[in-house]
Amino acid sequence: MKIGVPKEIHAGERRVATTPDVAAQLIKLGFSVAVEAGAGSAASYSDSAYEDAGCEVLSSRDDLWAQSDLILKVRAPESDEAAKLRADQALISFLWPAQNPDLLKQLTESGATVMAMDSVPRISRAQKMDALSSMANIAGYRAVVEAAQHFGRFFTGQITAAGKVPPAKILVIGAGVAGLAAIGAAKSMGAIVRAFDTRPEVKEQVESMDAEFLMLDFDEDEDGSGEGGYAKVMSEEFIKAEMALFAEQARDVDIIITTALIPGKPAPRLITAKMVRSMKDGSVIVDLAAEQGGNCELTKPDQVVQVNGVSIIGYTDLPSRLAAQSSQLYATNLKHLITDLTPEKDGNIVVDFEDEVVRGATVCKDGETTWPPPAPKLSAAPPKAGPAPAPTAAPGKKKSIVGPIVAAVVGGLALLGLGAVAPESFMAHFTVFVLACFVGYMVIWNVSPALHTPLMSVTNAISSIIVIGALLQISSTDKVIMWIALATVLITSINIAGGFAVTRRMLEMFRK
Amino acid sequence: MIPTGVVTVSYIAATVLFILALGGLSNQETARRGNWYGIVGMAIALLATIFGENVTQNFGLLILALLIGGSIGLVLARRVQMTQMPELVAVLHSLVGLAAVAVGFASFMDPDKHYIGVELTIHDIETYLGILIGAVTFSGSVIAFGKLSGRIGGSPMLLPARHWLNLALLIGAIWFGREFVLQSAAGGGLVPLIVMTVIALLFGIHMVMAIGGADMPVVVSMLNSYSGWAASATGFMLNNDLLIVTGALVGSSGAILSYIMCRAMNRRFLAVIAGGFGTSGGAPASGGGENQGEVNPIDPQETAALLAGAKEVMIVPGYGMAVAQAQHTVYEITRVLREKGVNVRFGIHPVAGRMPGHMNVLLAEARVPYDIVFEMDEVNEDFPDVDVSVVIGANDIVNPSAQEEPNSPIAGMPVLEVWKGSTSIVLKRSMATGYAGVQNPLFFKENTRMLFGDAKETLDEVLKAL
Repeated sequence: MKIGVPKEIHAGERRVATTPDVAAQLIKLGFSVAVEAGAGSAASYSDSAYEDAGCEVLSSRDDLWAQSDLILKVRAPESDEAAKLRADQALISFLWPAQNPDLLKQLTESGATVMAMDSVPRISRAQKMDALSSMANIAGYRAVVEAAQHFGRFFTGQITAAGKVPPAKILVIGAGVAGLAAIGAAKSMGAIVRAFDTRPEVKEQVESMDAEFLMLDFDEDEDGSGEGGYAKVMSEEFIKAEMALFAEQARDVDIIITTALIPGKPAPRLITAKMVRSMKDGSVIVDLAAEQGGNCELTKPDQVVQVNGVSIIGYTDLPSRLAAQSSQLYATNLKHLITDLTPEKDGNIVVDFEDEVVRGATVCKDGETTWPPPAPKLSAAPPKAGPAPAPTAAPGKKKSIVGPIVAAVVGGLALLGLGAVAPESFMAHFTVFVLACFVGYMVIWNVSPALHTPLMSVTNAISSIIVIGALLQISSTDKVIMWIALATVLITSINIAGGFAVTRRMLEMFRK
Repeated sequence: MIPTGVVTVSYIAATVLFILALGGLSNQETARRGNWYGIVGMAIALLATIFGENVTQNFGLLILALLIGGSIGLVLARRVQMTQMPELVAVLHSLVGLAAVAVGFASFMDPDKHYIGVELTIHDIETYLGILIGAVTFSGSVIAFGKLSGRIGGSPMLLPARHWLNLALLIGAIWFGREFVLQSAAGGGLVPLIVMTVIALLFGIHMVMAIGGADMPVVVSMLNSYSGWAASATGFMLNNDLLIVTGALVGSSGAILSYIMCRAMNRRFLAVIAGGFGTSGGAPASGGGENQGEVNPIDPQETAALLAGAKEVMIVPGYGMAVAQAQHTVYEITRVLREKGVNVRFGIHPVAGRMPGHMNVLLAEARVPYDIVFEMDEVNEDFPDVDVSVVIGANDIVNPSAQEEPNSPIAGMPVLEVWKGSTSIVLKRSMATGYAGVQNPLFFKENTRMLFGDAKETLDEVLKAL
């Protein structure tokens, strides 16, 4: 099969649907690749680079559309492009079928197989084909670059000989892929970054990037996570609390980057004209939702407007402004999808509706509209945890109380018996003994476990106090006893010296 | 010659100093001062006794014996390797036991004693008990020394009907005790005393022989306790409160250590002493079967890369580190990583090694600062935040089946939860099971990497790669 890559005709679009690198990989899959002359020039990919990669470069757009079996595009086809599509052809591009019902109708009527990159389901297996994420990533990065361009100060804080430079404070609203990319870019430029999102599960991701996650002062535990990891519409009270937070932040921060989108709905209005007026002179707002109506009330799509010294950037073509990079990522996403479509690697695509990803992406086939697909029920966040699995029962056996009672009774009787027969002097010593046991008990529990070995060696040295017994016997007139006592003194003095010395040696080693 | 009252006061001072010595061990800063208290207390007690009224002659021999013994002790203390500490402690315990036996016999043979009636009976019982405990301590410690130093095999020696044998020995000891008291009243009694001593020696040997290598922390602390009780019994025999108090302090210290060790293994003290791990429980442990999946090996270079890329590293040492003498290399790695800003900490299980606190001493010897060495309970909560845990020559103390499998022989034993971290690297010579004979599911976990080989050699390579 022949893959055709036409030049994008949408005004200002610089991206191209495949790059020389990716084209070479497509050729390995058994396809032949034709590229319209100049298709990659705006993204810094020359025609000769495509030729070197083994592509055919066609100067005529009509020839390309006529000869190709599979057309790869970035933007949705314009109506005159769609008119060129035949029933035996296939097309893969961004389509936005929900926003473009007329286009969808026209494509269906052509009878061609059409797949929309924006309809690839958000499941883990399809992450490598998720062009929305790769474009959003670029948009988030570029948003920071645009903000930096319009912002008259440093992002990073510095103390210089010429005075102090305060770091820029940036608020990122919506911590999806674009928001996180913006956080990362702004953070690495040295700014203080705060982020807000209605979905609590992204708090961890935000904090993992060293940004501050703003919490709403809101009692109810409302979770903004909708299907497929996207946000959903929130309740009225929630929005009220949210707006109060934004109003407060607007007075404080220098740059606001908004990325809040709800699938299939106009973008939520988060930054009102009043908030814009409360911002400092020279502040910047980058509205990534400009195409869907904008998160800021004053956003004008594709324009930079100045209101009260605040620049509001409403570019809708941020990925296209980093055309080389976004073409590279988009082409790779496409290649992954095409690889899945050609299981035999023979250059022939097979549209298998059993495959959840292929089914989800296909919007029309054989003259029938197959959009929207049956929705996959998967969320990026783990499902709401049910009751935690019951902890495994503690294996400890129930301690019988009979044992201790018997022990206490026997011990008590033994003591009584002892008291009845033992002489006074013994009982005096016995008292000392019992008290000493308790003192020992109290003292030893305080010993740090790290010092248990020194404890053993020092108690060892101390227990050689038994040498006193031998000393008392050493002056005995009986020679046998004298020698035994002398030997005892010898061995216990080994113990005394050895025990204390080794303890000292060990304790010397413990250092901070 | 100093008066009796002054001697008594000196003994009181010595007692107080000994208590302060033990109290000083509550943390590393006061421990060194504590040791000095102990030395001063001992010196006071010795001087007071030597210059008291009971020592009247043989001063020359006495000083000679003290000097010789003291020098031997100092040389021993200086020469001993830190990995050999358990052996040294066992030897020193055996000396206390031997001393108790000797003092007991000497006291029995003392012609000057003048007890009658109940007092004589009590004195005889005290003598008998002192010798009994001393003899058990002596022979038990000698065997423990043999096992710890590898001169005797580490595996438990299980005689058939060993519980009955123990019981017979106990009954024999009691019966000969009665004989001894009866004969002593008639002026004899040496024969039953000697027979009993032999029985006690046999009992000590048999008891420690039946206990395996990893239960050694319990045995060593138990013998520590016995040596204290022996001193205490001797104190009763000699009517000497200093001995009684000191013996009781040491005895309870050892008893508490034994208790801590048993708790750390979730085993009953009696079960440890009865010996034979896992065999007394009846049904042999299945241990979760053999086919637990694949292990993921790793090489030292990858290990180094993992460590260098981590923020939080936890090192869990076990007896294998002591065997391989790897503690210095471990410290070098720690130092390099800390210089790179990696937060390296050590997690110590109470029964890691062959003696309570064994790992702490080894790490201290390798100059690891003690404020990065933590107890199990201090760090177990932190494992979810740990990027890389390095398990060096430890097995049962990091075995998840203690928590996950109610039928495991080690079920309920507190363990270091290394598997909750992002990655665990386990250094091991082979896939052999640990002391408890239980397969370790940790090795088969997805986030575990096995680094096979001698701990010191592989760690040297890791250090080089860093």
